[in-house]
Amino acid sequence: MTVAIVCIAGIGLVAAIALALADKYLAVREDPRIGMVTAVLPGANCGGCGFAGCDGYARALVAGTAPNGACAAGGDACAQACAKILGVEAAATEKRVALVKCCGTRSEAIRVGDYNGICDCNVAAATAGGDKGCRYGCLGYGACANVCPKNAISIHDGLAKVDKRLCIGCGKCVKACPKHLIELVPASATIHVLCNNPDKGPSVRKVCGVGCMGCHMCERLSGGKEAGHFKFDGFLAKVNYSNPPEDAAIVAKCPAKCMIEDPHFESGH
Amino acid sequence: MKTVKSPFKFKGGVHPDYNKELARESAIERMATPAELVVSMSQHLGAPAKCIVKAGDFVRRGQLIGEKNGFISVCVRASADGQVKAVEKRLGPAGGMADAVILDTTAALPEDLPPVEPLKPLDWKNATREELLKRVEEAGICGMGGAGFPSAVKLNPPPGKRCEYLILNGAECEPYLTADFRVMLERADRIRTGVEIMRKILGMPAVRIAIEANKPEAIAAMEKAFADIEGNVEIVVLPVLYPQGSEKHQIYATVGRVVPEPPALPIDVGCVVENVGTVAAIADAVEKGEPLLERVTTVSGDAVANPKNVLAPSGTKYSDLLAFCGGTKEDAAKVISGGTMMGFAVSSLDIGTTKTTSGLLFLTRKKVFQYSSQACINCGRCLRACPMNLNPAEISKAVESDDIKTAEDAHVMTCIECGACSFGCPAYRTITQYCRRAKNSIRARMAAERAAAQAAKAANP
Repeated sequence: MTVAIVCIAGIGLVAAIALALADKYLAVREDPRIGMVTAVLPGANCGGCGFAGCDGYARALVAGTAPNGACAAGGDACAQACAKILGVEAAATEKRVALVKCCGTRSEAIRVGDYNGICDCNVAAATAGGDKGCRYGCLGYGACANVCPKNAISIHDGLAKVDKRLCIGCGKCVKACPKHLIELVPASATIHVLCNNPDKGPSVRKVCGVGCMGCHMCERLSGGKEAGHFKFDGFLAKVNYSNPPEDAAIVAKCPAKCMIEDPHFESGH
Repeated sequence: MKTVKSPFKFKGGVHPDYNKELARESAIERMATPAELVVSMSQHLGAPAKCIVKAGDFVRRGQLIGEKNGFISVCVRASADGQVKAVEKRLGPAGGMADAVILDTTAALPEDLPPVEPLKPLDWKNATREELLKRVEEAGICGMGGAGFPSAVKLNPPPGKRCEYLILNGAECEPYLTADFRVMLERADRIRTGVEIMRKILGMPAVRIAIEANKPEAIAAMEKAFADIEGNVEIVVLPVLYPQGSEKHQIYATVGRVVPEPPALPIDVGCVVENVGTVAAIADAVEKGEPLLERVTTVSGDAVANPKNVLAPSGTKYSDLLAFCGGTKEDAAKVISGGTMMGFAVSSLDIGTTKTTSGLLFLTRKKVFQYSSQACINCGRCLRACPMNLNPAEISKAVESDDIKTAEDAHVMTCIECGACSFGCPAYRTITQYCRRAKNSIRARMAAERAAAQAAKAANP
């Protein structure tokens, strides 16, 4: 009995000394700021920053290899909190959300073929450019919806729609879209042009009932070229989000009906 | 010269309905130059040519309009006299957008337009190897079987590698297509000359002419044309099996060598494979100074009124080709550029032909099987069909759940996209499309990695 107690106590003592020494000499020193930064990040693990989850971004941020403010989901508050921990200044960032620049539903935009391959936009786009007559428009096979970490994108009538209230602006859908028609826009903007086709009016009209024809009506009604509320790429109007138009009346005047005034996008056309 | 049976048989393969009788008997017909041509700058594999004309310019037939742009690239020449209407992005048959020159061939050329200096005919027996190679490059020749690999690159093996076998691809295993068959029948003497020129360029390798057994007339024509040729030349009769015309399988079937995984090329096992049409084009380019401006395209399918083998200038719009063949007699449900196994379904007839357009098929609803892809039932039929010894079932299931890594580990990059797996799938799975999707993502990732590595190198040299 006594022998057993002494033996066990002896082994315990030796192990305790070994562990105490290991703790002293083999310890992995981690910057305590990593834990603090991880705590202020939103924990969505969306990967929008380009790192493997929030922890990965926190490590890169502390190591100085990632820019502050890359976390779209956390927004300005998160960037400021991180800056405070790291002892740096953070420029004010604005919350951005994804916008699908197309409103050609199945009833408005013609389809030129029966596509019955894999239900994925990237594959459809690689098959003769997709089945949509408009080469720039949303194919509606949900490549963006599949990568959205917040299920903010849904497909209605062959068209992807973003729910602005759910979108965290991670930008994964922007990368996933083979037609490059998703753009991150300021969440405060409410007037948008939902078209991505820079072709001339007649050729847009041939393939879509609601395509922008580049008539410049929106520009004229919002104070002309000098006001600078719109930019034109070929025959496509684009909202200048650094100087957005304020008068929502121009939306109803758009002859192509490709503009919306909608605080949430999702309930648009 | 002797005729032998193929000594090796590759694993897998399928037997689709060939339907070659539709256009088999119709001799090659030259089509008049249509009013408008859509000449793409991306008719070949590799970097698209750089367009050197602008809207309003007048060009003459054979004039250089696109410069070779990189090592793996081919120049483009105007396939007819005319005026450039526009230079714009146009949809290609495979779905990509590429710069194209829109030529109005009805425009009268101004009288003071300087003549184009034509390529001079070369006396190939006395020309040097370099002169011949330069001519192949200047004439804008690329492989006419389908992939469009630049011939001048293929005929110029890198240092340390030697071509031991020159293999002529006359298998034409794709259903419906008869263009190569007609070329072998009607242009056998050109093929003979082309072979002799290529032998000279490559340093007298042995020659193997591979033809499928279902083309006895072509075998007879080749036997006649090559009867008195000297050196090691054999006609290899291949068993009828799809994809016998694939470069790798043809090498195995004729000389028993196996091309390793990509990026290895046939030259790594001492072989150069060229399509019979390309060989004839090389003969024309050298002996007559005629650049590659036109090719034989099979316009066929059960919806076409008169299926034909048409010799049309490259850039001829599909709608003009169809009109030349009498239009459709029934509604076409599907239009395929190429053959039914590896071709691409197209959604517009405004696409222009390229140097690689071997066929244009119009199929009725009866021939087009509309289905939807279902879950894999693990029957293993695709494993038996795959000629590349892959596991298409595993790859397709991985890609379906977006797991590109597993597909890559299953060697999806080795896939030749022949379509044998999808052909026999009882669950109608679009397996080939899954493979193509995985390959596209892997290629995109590799390109991004290369760009990042280059950027890093530029940042700290």
